Amino acid sequence: MADFLTVLSEYDIAGAYWVNLKLTFFAGLFALVLGTILAMFRISPIPSLNLAGTAYVNILRNTPLTIIIVFGLAVLWPVLRVEFSEVFTVNFFWLGVVGLTVYHAAFFCEALRSGINTVPVGQAEAARAIGLPFLDSARLVIFPQAFRGAIAPLGNVVIALIKNTTVVAAGSVSEIATLMREMIENESNYVYPIFLTVAVGFVIIVVPVGMLATYLSRRLAVSR
Amino acid sequence: MSVEDVTPVTDAPVGRGAGDSTREPLIVLSGVQKHFGDLHVLRDIELTVHKGEVVVVLGPSGSGKSTLCRAINRLEPIDEGEITLDGVSLPLEGKALARLRADVGMVFQSFNLFAHKTILENITLGPIKVKKTKPAEAKERAMALLERVGVANQANKLPAQLSGGQQQRVAIARALAMQPKAILFDEPTSALDPEMVNEVLDVMISLAKEGMTMIVVTHEMGFARKAADRVIFMSDGQIVEEAGPEEFFTNPRSDRAKDFLGKILTH
Ligand SMILES: Nc1ncnc2c1ncn2[C@@H]1O[C@H](COP(=O)(O)OP(=O)(O)O)[C@@H](O)[C@H]1O
Ligand SMILES: [Mg+2]
Repeated sequence: MADFLTVLSEYDIAGAYWVNLKLTFFAGLFALVLGTILAMFRISPIPSLNLAGTAYVNILRNTPLTIIIVFGLAVLWPVLRVEFSEVFTVNFFWLGVVGLTVYHAAFFCEALRSGINTVPVGQAEAARAIGLPFLDSARLVIFPQAFRGAIAPLGNVVIALIKNTTVVAAGSVSEIATLMREMIENESNYVYPIFLTVAVGFVIIVVPVGMLATYLSRRLAVSR
Repeated sequence: MSVEDVTPVTDAPVGRGAGDSTREPLIVLSGVQKHFGDLHVLRDIELTVHKGEVVVVLGPSGSGKSTLCRAINRLEPIDEGEITLDGVSLPLEGKALARLRADVGMVFQSFNLFAHKTILENITLGPIKVKKTKPAEAKERAMALLERVGVANQANKLPAQLSGGQQQRVAIARALAMQPKAILFDEPTSALDPEMVNEVLDVMISLAKEGMTMIVVTHEMGFARKAADRVIFMSDGQIVEEAGPEEFFTNPRSDRAKDFLGKILTH
């Protein structure tokens, strides 16, 4: 046991998790914004926007995340010359954020739509009846209630995102899955403890997020 | 709102009577048709509502009363015909429509107060965002309106904390806050417990007395008798009969109206 702890202390486990958390933060933020825009497209009165929103969600949601990340690493950067930084790892980090963002935006959009379904149509009609144009109705009346009705599903998307950040290991970003592989290769005596340590790390991160989502979804529920 | 039109004779309609041609037309529907798929819900609607007039719309469920109201402020688009408000034809979608829509208030059967906003915010939202009234001024006017409908002491509560009757009075105040030219009421008391019906009707009667132009879908005959200048009877998407309230209730002409009155009077 003491030996294992010594082995652990030779690796920057917290630093690797920190990279996953940074990926979660940036991808989550951007994906929430993009997902909100997509949800607006999907409920807007303009048919071409509806179509664009629906097409985006159905394509991205049904494409495996690994494929999207590999596309970013193998096409976006080398072929299309999308480069965020001269530094290799920094560039891969942001390519990873882009991949995670476009993928999870589709899921945020759908979570929000489930929240929109909790808002009675009468709310939108009352907003229109006092003369609010579509964007104001959406911004001031529908989405504030939709977000509050969508906290549980939004929390689930965040949890999926936290775990999915490990997929950017494909780009050898120094996150936890990459570190785990490195540790297992070097410390073949401790394969199972290493795996357990990493898994427990995720449990420690994910469980509070789930509890927070449950708490907030009760706390912020719109009473009708 | 003027008070010139008050006719303090009890039991007589407070307006000036049906089809007063000396008044200016405010809402005019001509040749309006509306379908939902194969269902023809509004047929050849011709209707003129004058300034200050109170029109009660009656008719069996499914006859198109709600659709008529919703067509007037374009919550529902129409297939043919024209609807003008104060001489201006309602535009299709967009900003211009949103602005015109604010000129016609709407009170719904299910109140539809904004569930995440306080009573006060429900009333100030439209004036601040649509009319660009300064927040302090909007708030002051909102408080005066709440005072008037008798719920000023609830200003900082959420809609769900109020009774149905209180919520509906707030909804009327919300419509009034936009200083509309007319207000449409779609069965405003149908979702209320019986003991709360009168508190809402009283507010509506006082509005009628002050000369507000109103189209009211309701089966409350007491209200129709007290406040209506004219009763319109709809059936299968058509306006079948139009008369003064007393005349309509005592002497309906069409069989469909007789049949309908027979049903609502016997229970
Ligand atoms: N959005 C809709 N889609 C399809 N049919 C509708 C819709 N709204 C109303 N209808 C139908 O149109 C007819 C008129 O409805 P409505 O105007 O609500 O009648 P009323 O208010 O007099 O009860 C009814 O048969 C109703 O089922
Ligand atoms: Mg109706």
